[in-house]
Amino acid sequence: MTELRKRGGGGGDPDSTDNISDKEADGEDRLGLSGDAEGECDVDSKTDTPDVPVSTADTDNTPECLTKALEGLPPRWKNYWIRGVLSIPMISSFFLITYMGPIALIVAVMGVQIKCFHEIITIGYRVYHSYELPWFRTLSWYFLICVNYFFYGETVADYFGGLVQREEPLQFLARYHRFISFALYLAGFCMFVLSLVKKHYRLQFYMFAWTHVTLLIVVTQSHLVIQNLFEGMIWFIVPISIVICNDIMAYLFGFFFGRTPLIKLSPKKTWEGFIGGFFSTVIIGFIMAHLMSRFQYFVCPVEFNSETNRFSVECEPSDLFVMQEYTLPAVLQNALKWETVNLYPFAIHSVFLSSFASLIGPFGGFFASGFKRAFKIKDFASTIPGHGGIMDRFDCQYLMATFTHVYIGSFVRGPNPSKVFQQLLMLQPEQQLGIFHTLHSHLRERGMLPPAATQTE
Amino acid sequence: FNQLIKCVGVEKPQNLLDTGPPGPGLGSLRVSSSVFQGSDSELKPDKDGVSDSESKVDSGVPEVPVPPDDTPEVLNKALSGLSSRWKNWWVRGILTLAMISFFFIIIYLGPMVLMMIVLCVQIKCFHEIITIGYSVYHSYDLPWFRTLSWYFLLCVNYFFYGETVTDYFFTLVQREEPLRILSKYHRFISFALYLTGFCMFVLSLVKKHYRLQFYMFGWTHVTLLIVVTQSHLIIHNLFEGMIWFIVPISCVICNDIMAYMFGFFFGRTPLIKLSPKKTWEGFIGGLFATIVFGILLSYVMASCRYFVCPVEFNNDSNSFQVDCEPSELFQLQEYTLPSVLESVTGWTTVRLYPFQIHSIALSSFASIVGPFGGFFASGFKRAFKIKDFANTIPGHGGIMDRFDCQYIMATFVNVYIASFIRGPNPSKVIQQLLALRPDQQLHIFNSLKAHLIEKGLLPAMEVNA
Repeated sequence: MTELRKRGGGGGDPDSTDNISDKEADGEDRLGLSGDAEGECDVDSKTDTPDVPVSTADTDNTPECLTKALEGLPPRWKNYWIRGVLSIPMISSFFLITYMGPIALIVAVMGVQIKCFHEIITIGYRVYHSYELPWFRTLSWYFLICVNYFFYGETVADYFGGLVQREEPLQFLARYHRFISFALYLAGFCMFVLSLVKKHYRLQFYMFAWTHVTLLIVVTQSHLVIQNLFEGMIWFIVPISIVICNDIMAYLFGFFFGRTPLIKLSPKKTWEGFIGGFFSTVIIGFIMAHLMSRFQYFVCPVEFNSETNRFSVECEPSDLFVMQEYTLPAVLQNALKWETVNLYPFAIHSVFLSSFASLIGPFGGFFASGFKRAFKIKDFASTIPGHGGIMDRFDCQYLMATFTHVYIGSFVRGPNPSKVFQQLLMLQPEQQLGIFHTLHSHLRERGMLPPAATQTE
Repeated sequence: FNQLIKCVGVEKPQNLLDTGPPGPGLGSLRVSSSVFQGSDSELKPDKDGVSDSESKVDSGVPEVPVPPDDTPEVLNKALSGLSSRWKNWWVRGILTLAMISFFFIIIYLGPMVLMMIVLCVQIKCFHEIITIGYSVYHSYDLPWFRTLSWYFLLCVNYFFYGETVTDYFFTLVQREEPLRILSKYHRFISFALYLTGFCMFVLSLVKKHYRLQFYMFGWTHVTLLIVVTQSHLIIHNLFEGMIWFIVPISCVICNDIMAYMFGFFFGRTPLIKLSPKKTWEGFIGGLFATIVFGILLSYVMASCRYFVCPVEFNNDSNSFQVDCEPSELFQLQEYTLPSVLESVTGWTTVRLYPFQIHSIALSSFASIVGPFGGFFASGFKRAFKIKDFANTIPGHGGIMDRFDCQYIMATFVNVYIASFIRGPNPSKVIQQLLALRPDQQLHIFNSLKAHLIEKGLLPAMEVNA
């Protein structure tokens, strides 16, 4: 019954692991979840019509216009066209949002996070038939707000330091931020304990754990995405584009050359797609990094200008984004007849990012496929016709975002200077003095300060 | 018989949990059978019945039927004359004394031993909760899963301990070359280790057992979140000064005991449906008693340098030392009493340590919010129809039973310290400073100089750079 889905049946794409492979490998009934009854093409809409449990009636929410336009084609091609047609608005809205600037991006990330959280929690409700548990929906959303408050508070305090110091209530909130967040979380925890109802203990604990694991996965990683963004929009755009590119390339390679299955979880994925996707993603990532490194808009850390109260992306590009000459190893020298090559160092980092996206990123997709098999659902939701829910599109992104963040933290950037200075100011005066002297001798050693003739302490 | 031995005097809703004696011959996983029947599932990962509550020995084999009474022989003989109710009292009482004296011994032995004990407790709690998960889901034979759970535990511990070690043993780490590399790329290495576990999990998914495996994955992660992170907060508290470790734990223990006593003598009105034996009288009596106890305990401890000083690692002697100038918190100050108390007690001022005032906040939290941790654990045990987390401690249950309220207290203390007491750690700040780029360092140097000159800490005649 649920096979007749909006995907249009049998013709699967090797890349969409979830749709048809479910059917072939799992042979059991699937719960046709349609989390959203809306069928519009607008990807980033946050409007959420209340879900109806197991409404198998409305499984096809391809909009009327598309259905009419494609009614002549066989279902397999129809499916392709729908997916293709929808990929384009998704990619263009991505470009649009990038153009609109950091604030729009943050809002979009937040919207995606809320939608993913909602999708996963809805699945939890379905699985446990716990739609009517007292308090639970309130508590889930409350915990989401708490964790978001905690993370955004930390970000705001870091990046908007000047603004925060000016406003008195903000200063108070920033100083006791952890305590306030913890108190808010505890209030939710106590409400949960008080809401335990005799017959439903186990269900309630399951939902509690489900909520927390979802928060752990979705919310923390969306904040890592935002921190990557503040590092420079290129650190946001390039990883996301690389994952999308790997998806598409692996699909194309699999479509044309696919023969050997890759993993039992996703029978449509093939080794040819995997390896072909890997190489093409590395190359495309490299080219994209090379193209983008020239623009200050992408490369500079996003700063909040306290005077104009806006974000500004202007700076002196760091070493990473300045062309440097690299001597080619002898092997490549003979092959290409070039001795040196001008590259942005960032392009070399992009090779690592692309490799991760191609080699490890798919495990995020396998994890989501396994999850869907485990709970016998076909897609996380039906928000995007042809593609499933928001979570379906973003399952590989989360792992990539975490990796990018760890990568930046380990190999690229040092700690944030304004944050360090703020911590300095919070120390005791004797400690500050001690640090001052240490720093002084350190800088003198390095020749940044003239060796002091007049220094007396 | 068994249920009487394990009878927790304060809270034991027998009607819900015990529908019959556990059957030793009920087949392989006795706990699974008990889940079916709703009776006791006495998990026994530890077969030793010694009074040593902190033993890590795990000889748990699921197929072995459980001897129902693991009170050691010596106690049994000594108490054989008493009726079973009093026997239970005595068992619990003796074990309580044993645990408390063990606590004192460990404190005496110093910070290193305390850290080891915290680590052991954490591992044992993790093991208890994971074992419950296995039993609940009958997933003892899932491929790879035990390995993966322990692997994740190791990864998360490596991550947290690495961060601690880097902070507190900064100089030691800088000296040794392999340690330096490990600490520089610490996050990356931890993430790579975790990812390996994640990929192994994905590769281990077996067709028929998807849901089970995801459940166990979720169960493991939530357990890690609860148990491991909070044990590391305990260690952070410890490094702040042993008093920040001892007083919260003592307050929670005291609240348990006091609430029980008050409930025993005066208890009338039930407190919450989850734990029918808890009463409002016990709750409120426990609150006041714990506050008083906290004040007295902190008064006694605040004068002792051993407890008050932050634990530092001495690079030269390669050992921990607790020697310092006590901070303001631990110096007697005079407070003017409000007139109400003045008229009552006849004193105008009173000499207190500021820490005692903080201890009031800590005790109040332990009495008011701490019990919610206990209710949570009770709800959890009801939900999964188990009586205790394990049978490690005769008369008390598992390690987790004793520590369920402690975790929430440890988190609170850590947040409290960070918000109200301490600033950032100076060595950590230096570390971060040295990791910045030279031009950023210069910039900060100049700003700091201006700041210090403003505050009068530096003579204004510095004209460098």
